[in-house]
Amino acid sequence: MNLLWTWLSDPESWQGSSGIPVRVAEHLAYSAATLFLAALVGIPLGLWIGHTGRGRVAVVNLVNGVRSVPTLGLLFAAVLVVGPLLGGDIAFLVPSIFVLVLLAIPPILAGAYAGVEGIDPGARDAARGMGMSSMEILFRVEVPCALPLIFSGLRSAALQVVATATLAASVSLGGLGRFLIDGQAYRDYGQMAGGALLVAVLAVLVDLVFAGVQRLAVSPGLSPIRSARRVRTRAQLAANPT
Amino acid sequence: MKKHLAILAAAATALALTACSSGNPLASSAPASSAPASSGAALSIVVGSANFPESEILADIYAGALKAKGITVSTKLNIASRETYVPALKSGEIDLFPEYTGGFSKYLSADADTHDEASALASLKSLLPDTLTALEPSAAQDKDSITVTRATADKYSLKTIEDLAPVAGQFVLGGPPEWKNRALGVPGLKKTYGLIFKDFKALDVAGPLTVQALKNGQVQAANLFTTDPSIKANDFVSLEDTKQFFGAQNVIPVIQKTKATPEVTAALNAVSAKLTTDTLASMVTKVVIDKEDAATVAAEFLSTNGLG
Amino acid sequence: MKWFLGHLDQVAQLMLNHVVLALIPLVVGLLLALPLGWLAKRYRGLYSPLIAGTGLLYTIPSLALFILMPLVLGTGILDPVNVVVALTVYTVALLVRTVADGLGSVPDEVVQAATAMGIGRIRRFWSVELPLAVPVIAAGLRVAAVSNVSIVSVAALLGIPQLGSLFTDGFARNFLDPIVVGILACMVLALAMDLAILLLSRAATPWLRTRVAA
Repeated sequence: MNLLWTWLSDPESWQGSSGIPVRVAEHLAYSAATLFLAALVGIPLGLWIGHTGRGRVAVVNLVNGVRSVPTLGLLFAAVLVVGPLLGGDIAFLVPSIFVLVLLAIPPILAGAYAGVEGIDPGARDAARGMGMSSMEILFRVEVPCALPLIFSGLRSAALQVVATATLAASVSLGGLGRFLIDGQAYRDYGQMAGGALLVAVLAVLVDLVFAGVQRLAVSPGLSPIRSARRVRTRAQLAANPT
Repeated sequence: MKKHLAILAAAATALALTACSSGNPLASSAPASSAPASSGAALSIVVGSANFPESEILADIYAGALKAKGITVSTKLNIASRETYVPALKSGEIDLFPEYTGGFSKYLSADADTHDEASALASLKSLLPDTLTALEPSAAQDKDSITVTRATADKYSLKTIEDLAPVAGQFVLGGPPEWKNRALGVPGLKKTYGLIFKDFKALDVAGPLTVQALKNGQVQAANLFTTDPSIKANDFVSLEDTKQFFGAQNVIPVIQKTKATPEVTAALNAVSAKLTTDTLASMVTKVVIDKEDAATVAAEFLSTNGLG
Repeated sequence: MKWFLGHLDQVAQLMLNHVVLALIPLVVGLLLALPLGWLAKRYRGLYSPLIAGTGLLYTIPSLALFILMPLVLGTGILDPVNVVVALTVYTVALLVRTVADGLGSVPDEVVQAATAMGIGRIRRFWSVELPLAVPVIAAGLRVAAVSNVSIVSVAALLGIPQLGSLFTDGFARNFLDPIVVGILACMVLALAMDLAILLLSRAATPWLRTRVAA
């Protein structure tokens, strides 16, 4: 592990167009673009499926099915098919992001539709009783109530994307995977271990950021920790009424 | 409930057992041990190859020629590049490898003299570690090259690698990731030709990524192998290596001394005798352009030349 | 597809290698996750650090783990054992939380009833808590199985022969057929393992079936 320290402490590793900051920025850019596009497709679709109840079986099977697709194979196939059609730098970028987005949609989709599906029917009923239209119910009741599960889907997708974006380096893209592929190519164990460590750290940081955003965005009444605590307290009170 | 746990456990064990008992599928193509045989009686050889089609073809040819002589052979193909498989060669995990005189010499020592066939061979023989030996080289050569598109060559009047000197600063060079550090790569090009490129892009080992990147303009100059059919197919121009930087690259079998029995040596030398650059190039074309299997093409070569 | 039909035995051999490389870590990982998950559930204080720690293991990219294994294990660079150990690490990382949650989902009353019947702690674990946790654990196992099949294919970048080799081979030759066959074979394999685990878990929990029938 002193190889790792040697590489990390070498100032050259941090400079230049293939230094650590650049690679981290690239990796974040790929991950952010992927999550944004996947959420753009997954959240509305999941909300619609949860709201209307249609297509549920298809979605469940699709989510399971897509999880079984080998990322590396799809990546290679996409680059071979799409690459020749595009010119310049995006020739490899577009198919890679496409594959990453495709594989990130299922967890987000599942989170969104499970979130809407799991809403207390009483809340929906009350909203309808108050005279809200279908769209109003969706945006003012269902989405806020579904936020915890939507976020859970986003977080697991984020983790997956940050880890899989490393494979993009095998088709010449940048990102932290570059340290893995290049480190493997010239047997620089320090670089490989460094790349692995950076990916792990980045994943944890991204998860923390999402957790923070979730804290801020989700209504406190839906927080699972607090409601569980409340339940326990109630049960305890029932057991010892003093 | 205990009964059901027992069913689960039994099923899991059964699955694991069937997997293990199916003749160690973790070994590659033919069942053989990878430990070097101490006596000549049960000689078994592990042939390795690098991660590009030509290397696979050559490994299959060597394996086929040895099998034809009744020697037990197994293959470990697509092992990345020298940085990965040379340690395996040194440790004895692999016994035999199809190598290139100049390339391997420069890998072992950055200053090796490889400017012609004779010197490349001599350098290799003197630089190989004690446990390994090189057999007869073949006439077939496959060299690295710096290749550009026809348009680029015309625009900057490029014929030789030296012509790149004034324009290299505007060019992005593409090659396999290991080129960044290798003597026969970016640092070497700087030392011998004084070329300082704008940037280096790690692609693949002269494969479709490199070809596409060159075509698409992602890189302006790229490393392709001289036997690569894509050069002709895309009207690329390989720049002349006037300073013999890439040197002579004859295909040569490198093998553990302990495995180089007279039988093995004879079989492999017979292969080297029949291997020419043209046959090699046509075999690579069959695999890469016509999408035939490396194993099939190798078998064809052996039967055509009476070696298997 | 023509290429597939012409290469049936090659694909079959690669698939067999793939199954072994994906299955062994699944079984070993489960066996290792059981005590760890039990510890996490039993001692509340251990839950967060254990889950966080194993979660961290899961974020290490597979390629890095495969390559760094020889340094840790002292195995050869080309040894498939590296893949098996790395995948076991991933499986354990995934399953510890599942086992802990599964054991935690066993209703307190059932555990208390078992204790009241005089069933000792160890026997209670094997004959009451674990069987009731099977549905949750099986769900996690299915996810682990499917994800293992996909991760094994990455080992092709190191030359380890399995279905992923179809990807690297096809890519090197600019040949789409082996890649497509490889993708479909991986998916079939993953779904087959998923189904197998589902059926096994159904077989191990007959009480759930009778409830539905009634």
